[in-house]
Amino acid sequence: MPPKLLGRGAVQIRWRKVATSPRRWGSSISQRPGSDSVRFPGAVNSKFTTQMSFVKPADIPAIPTYRVMDSDGVLVDTDRGPPDVTDAEVLTWYKNMLTVSIMDVIMFEAQRQGRLSFYMVSAGEEGVTVGSAAALSPDDVVFAQYREAGVFQQRGFTLQEFMSQLFSNKNDNGRGRNMPVHYGRKYPKMHTISSTLATQIPQAAGAAYALKLKALQNPNHPASVVACYFGEGAASEGDFHAALNMAATRSCPVIFVCRNNGYAISTPTLEQYRGDGIASRGIGYGIDTIRVDGNDIFAVYEAMQAARKLALEGGPGGGRPILIEAMSYRVSHHSTSDDSFAYRARVEVEDWKRRDNPIIRLRKWLERQGIWDEDRERETREDLRRTILKEFGAAEREKKPALREAFTDVYEEMTDETREQMQELKRILQTYPEEYDLRQYEGGADSL
Amino acid sequence: MVAPQLFRSARLLSSRLSTPIRPSFQQSACVPSVLSSRKYATESGVKEVTVRDALNQALAEELEANQKTFILGEEVAQYNGAYKVTKGLLDRFGPKRVIDTPITEAGFCGIAVGAALAGLHPICEFMTFNFAMQAIDHIINSAAKTHYMSGGIQPCNITFRGPNGFAAGVAAQHSQDYSAWYGSIPGLKVVAPWSAEDAKGLLKAAIRDPNPVVVLENELLYGQAFPMSEAAQKDDFVLPIGKAKIERAGKDLTIVTLSRCVGQSLNAAAELKQKYGVDAEVINLRSVKPLDVETIIKSLKKTGRIMCVESGFPMFGVSSEILALSMEYGFDYLTAPAVRVTGAEVPTPYALGLEQMSFPQEDTIVKQAAKLLRL
Repeated sequence: MPPKLLGRGAVQIRWRKVATSPRRWGSSISQRPGSDSVRFPGAVNSKFTTQMSFVKPADIPAIPTYRVMDSDGVLVDTDRGPPDVTDAEVLTWYKNMLTVSIMDVIMFEAQRQGRLSFYMVSAGEEGVTVGSAAALSPDDVVFAQYREAGVFQQRGFTLQEFMSQLFSNKNDNGRGRNMPVHYGRKYPKMHTISSTLATQIPQAAGAAYALKLKALQNPNHPASVVACYFGEGAASEGDFHAALNMAATRSCPVIFVCRNNGYAISTPTLEQYRGDGIASRGIGYGIDTIRVDGNDIFAVYEAMQAARKLALEGGPGGGRPILIEAMSYRVSHHSTSDDSFAYRARVEVEDWKRRDNPIIRLRKWLERQGIWDEDRERETREDLRRTILKEFGAAEREKKPALREAFTDVYEEMTDETREQMQELKRILQTYPEEYDLRQYEGGADSL
Repeated sequence: MVAPQLFRSARLLSSRLSTPIRPSFQQSACVPSVLSSRKYATESGVKEVTVRDALNQALAEELEANQKTFILGEEVAQYNGAYKVTKGLLDRFGPKRVIDTPITEAGFCGIAVGAALAGLHPICEFMTFNFAMQAIDHIINSAAKTHYMSGGIQPCNITFRGPNGFAAGVAAQHSQDYSAWYGSIPGLKVVAPWSAEDAKGLLKAAIRDPNPVVVLENELLYGQAFPMSEAAQKDDFVLPIGKAKIERAGKDLTIVTLSRCVGQSLNAAAELKQKYGVDAEVINLRSVKPLDVETIIKSLKKTGRIMCVESGFPMFGVSSEILALSMEYGFDYLTAPAVRVTGAEVPTPYALGLEQMSFPQEDTIVKQAAKLLRL
């Protein structure tokens, strides 16, 4: 870790200050004689004991997993009543999950045909992404990893936006500069995906701190939280630990959503960690934590809704981080660059697909409510497939971003050198129009 | 429209977000002149070996020879490495010496440095050097400096290796060349192999070297086959760190280059000969730190003109350094201003055309050389 010393001078000054100050702070703690509990500053509520015993994680029961409906789509606890969501809302969720799932199949095949360079599917995790996003308000900010198409879909990212990014055309928010699936959007704010693992986690804590300051400065501003998504593999990175500790100590209104899907590329969770999942780590950092069944969209939604409320408790100056560990199974390969059958049995995947899946589970629920059936399922799937393919074709045919975009945004303002290069390119293109086919670029040479 | 019969089989090579199917960079051919210029190889004993296999051989031989060595990193064991460089090593050496780690660069790199400080000789694989930024504190502040800070009593015999520099279609966060970053740190040694012989000889040298050595491989070279001499096929083959290799002798222009750009420069040199009758001397640096200044300046004295070719960003790079050195040590011999051909000053773009333009291509090298030589 980086040394915290700023230089000899700074250290000396600090030392002097401490040494000459006679003041006692209100928060100072001292050990009272005869007290039965520790008053050391580092652990203020610990009781003294004469029994020497180590805390054994194996002796502590695993953190339970919250669920609302079982794998047959039946409400588990009949006393509590059904989830407080309208049929229309649930149907929207279901369609959003289907949309992402169908898009995944189409884009995965398209990548195999060489029509785009890369893709990442999220099969098996649609419940976590759609369910959690459904509990967010449009003013909430999202930092996602790369398997959260469902969050984008639920927050109004259109198929045209998905396809424009995947095909890097002129409508792509990222101006065609990123690898596929690196989506981003201004409002509702979803930060552009970063390829490098776990960097979004401390950034999310920082963004949440900024929202808290904003709320302090302007109480009329709608209170909002940051939702930060990552996988259990990313939770091994140092960034995760730094982020949780900082968020806890600075009381940042951020909801950390861990998608624990069993695999980090090829590494199974058994080799990724030895503790009780990711949830146990939240407790260690003093963060309110819950583990939910990620295949149960109601459980995810309710947990996220409650988390959002908790995160904002205490008014504009309050706030606190929450950790949600959503358990699921990564049915898909890690990405189009991966063939997961090299490290896990095909039958294991097929089992999961059949046995439990967030989409099938919600479908069973819907059918039990009498608001869904085989015909509607077929029609919806066909309809979605048609719409997706239409947008796919349109995006593939759409023009590429303007040539100008090759020069912009390296810095906030274009440097003089870059401007000169751009003018030079324009001059060449205009002098020799026969030599360059610019039809596929928005605006041709005029964009420069 | 997306008929499943057009399915292509899944590529086994994987990385976190890497190796998409896109023929963005053509494999630069290994020119026959390279073969003929090799001095120690007899035509009969020469074998074609890919860089991947050469690295694998080097690892296997060193793991076999020295019980203190072990390799660790993400997916190196069971998955045989994200780029299959560690293929078969788990089966051969077992899970105590070929270790899969959780996804924590700072963690496994720190563990490796600690093991080195305790006397072992770890080989730390990064899935790519782009991810090593998570762990750069351990590489620079601990591995590179502890020997000095401990007054010489604490050596750190460690090898950091993995693909570096541009790959194809992986955009800004996966396509950076770290030669200049590590090359600027006292205490580190840095090598950048191009051919299969380079790869084997330099990796073995790195593992044996008592200092921390950074081995900057290149993803696009892994699958490329090179002729390997009989001597290089043996398990005692080691290349000296700090010595460059003249891959092609010439009298008109010195081209100093490294890693994948060596192949491109050789092809460019062949084109220069064919088009203009010019003989360019191509120096394969092999080692970024220590830098073989002697070979470079000797060549410069002979040709009077120097050009550097590399894929890093233009400013404060390997080329900048070599140009400065050629000015310091060879100013009076220069008959034309020294020139550098580098990557472009832009985060690597995703678009295929722009991506190609942001790194040196063979025709860029030919054009710049022709300009330098006023042809």
